[in-house]
Amino acid sequence: MGSSGKVIPGFHFTMGITFFYLSLIFLLPLVAFVFFASGMGWEKFIDKAFEYRIVHGYWMSFSCALAAAVINSFFGLLLAWILVRYDFPGKRIMDGLIDLPFALPTAVAGIALTTLYVETGWMGQFLYALGIPSAFSAVGITIALVFVGIPFVTRSVQPVLKDLEPEIEEAAAILGAGKWLTFRKVIFPELVAPLLTGFALAFARGIGEYGSVVFIAGNTPFETEIAPLLIMTELEQFDYQAAAAIAIVMLVLSFLILLSINGYQRYRIRKQGV
Amino acid sequence: MAVSVTRNRFLSADFEAKQQRTSVSSEIFVKWLLIFLGAAFLFVMLILPLVLVGFEALAKGWDAYLAALTEPFARKAFLLTAEATVIAVLLNVVFGLASAWLLTKFDFRGKAVLGSLIDLPFAISPVVAGLFFIMLFGRMSPIYQTLQDLHVAVVFAVPGIILATVFVTFPFITRELVPVMEAQGRSEEEAAATMGAGGWTIFRRVTLPNIKWGLIYGIILCTARAMGEFGAVSVVSGHIRGKTNTLPLHIEILYNEYNFTAAFAVASILVFLAILILVLRNLVEWKLERKSERSGNHGL
Repeated sequence: MGSSGKVIPGFHFTMGITFFYLSLIFLLPLVAFVFFASGMGWEKFIDKAFEYRIVHGYWMSFSCALAAAVINSFFGLLLAWILVRYDFPGKRIMDGLIDLPFALPTAVAGIALTTLYVETGWMGQFLYALGIPSAFSAVGITIALVFVGIPFVTRSVQPVLKDLEPEIEEAAAILGAGKWLTFRKVIFPELVAPLLTGFALAFARGIGEYGSVVFIAGNTPFETEIAPLLIMTELEQFDYQAAAAIAIVMLVLSFLILLSINGYQRYRIRKQGV
Repeated sequence: MAVSVTRNRFLSADFEAKQQRTSVSSEIFVKWLLIFLGAAFLFVMLILPLVLVGFEALAKGWDAYLAALTEPFARKAFLLTAEATVIAVLLNVVFGLASAWLLTKFDFRGKAVLGSLIDLPFAISPVVAGLFFIMLFGRMSPIYQTLQDLHVAVVFAVPGIILATVFVTFPFITRELVPVMEAQGRSEEEAAATMGAGGWTIFRRVTLPNIKWGLIYGIILCTARAMGEFGAVSVVSGHIRGKTNTLPLHIEILYNEYNFTAAFAVASILVFLAILILVLRNLVEWKLERKSERSGNHGL
């Protein structure tokens, strides 16, 4: 093809750098992984990847990530709403603070949350008194995943909410719709797409999350082990095939989530276009 | 008749005013209720953990705090984290600029595929990413023996840590640059090229000034993730104290040894850096907003 017709120089140069880098950092390790994993064969894969203890690990990662993503969707929408629609003292600080989970190393979050939510901790003492075991349990895992997922929904809803045209809401108000009705019927439908994107990102992140969870999870076999931890455990026992098998299931799971969300977005766009 | 009509009008005006008053006051109530809920959520989930880190770090006083920070293993871990972060950021700046230039200045087949390929690491669990490098360079790899003969250690050594850090951070800068460069368009570069400027000159004199803040923004995000990466680095490091321990791994070891004060003391350094990153991020974002507003006005 060459760069004929292209005025701006640098096509081959940047293409070269990009491909060299991608191959070295990403494709080569991926190929090595696929090569190794494919040597395992179906039977062994099924055997290793769907052992009872492992399946329980997927379930923990999946269900806690789902619960955390739902909680984050609610609070994410709420935070986006108050940051876009209201003025109040400390708003800028609040807005900046929302990205803290991106900036704070997960291990730091992990040990801090664990210390907060153990039985003698600042938060744990109240929760345990209410009969909620907030550390070394599914509740604890979910708390850690809520922490890492906070920015996703807020940051995807915020810009869309900001760009909504006020005329539609004014029209709804003139037609006699109350605030809640306007929100439900006029504003919320516009926010479904970004809400879902944020939800999917938080969900996918939660399934793969390791650093913030290992401390608060307690890691009891058959109870509070998460899938990424099981990969670590298998690696420590030098069972590389089992580690690869779990990794394959996790990769498929997170791709499925992202693909289904992408598919849904495209379906919505097409429907609106018609 | 006429009297009753005016009376009715009075009544309805009165009624409307009353209704408006109650709806305004209930609106204010809802507003502050929502703000309270949001603030309470952020306080419990974000502020409390930060306060706790400071509190626990200083639980045994300043001397213990400083001792935990200046201890040789902590210092080595800090240096390794700094080394991995700087290298990862530098490499990703080169890749980010090249790939963003490629994706925004040219049209070619497979461009969409390339774009989503670059985003892919976001969907991969860091632990799985670490596993990729174990498979490539570890004991079961076909090239392991060759590496061994050349006395090159990648896994359970510093190169592995750097590679894992680069892997989890490489989409950040591209992601920030592509929308900025897309919005900028190609006309300025095309004009410069037509007037005979070389690629490097165009980049330095035309493109770079336009994307400066977007680039800095990407570097900030990349730095944050690189210094704190835990899962991927944990898999490839082998946890050798004083050799392959980064700050987050050092914190894990201290914590698992029940040395809580030291763990939180080291963690407080990362909290400080995280807050610094947030402040810088917001400053840059503010700059970006002001710039886009200015250029928007310019367009009018």
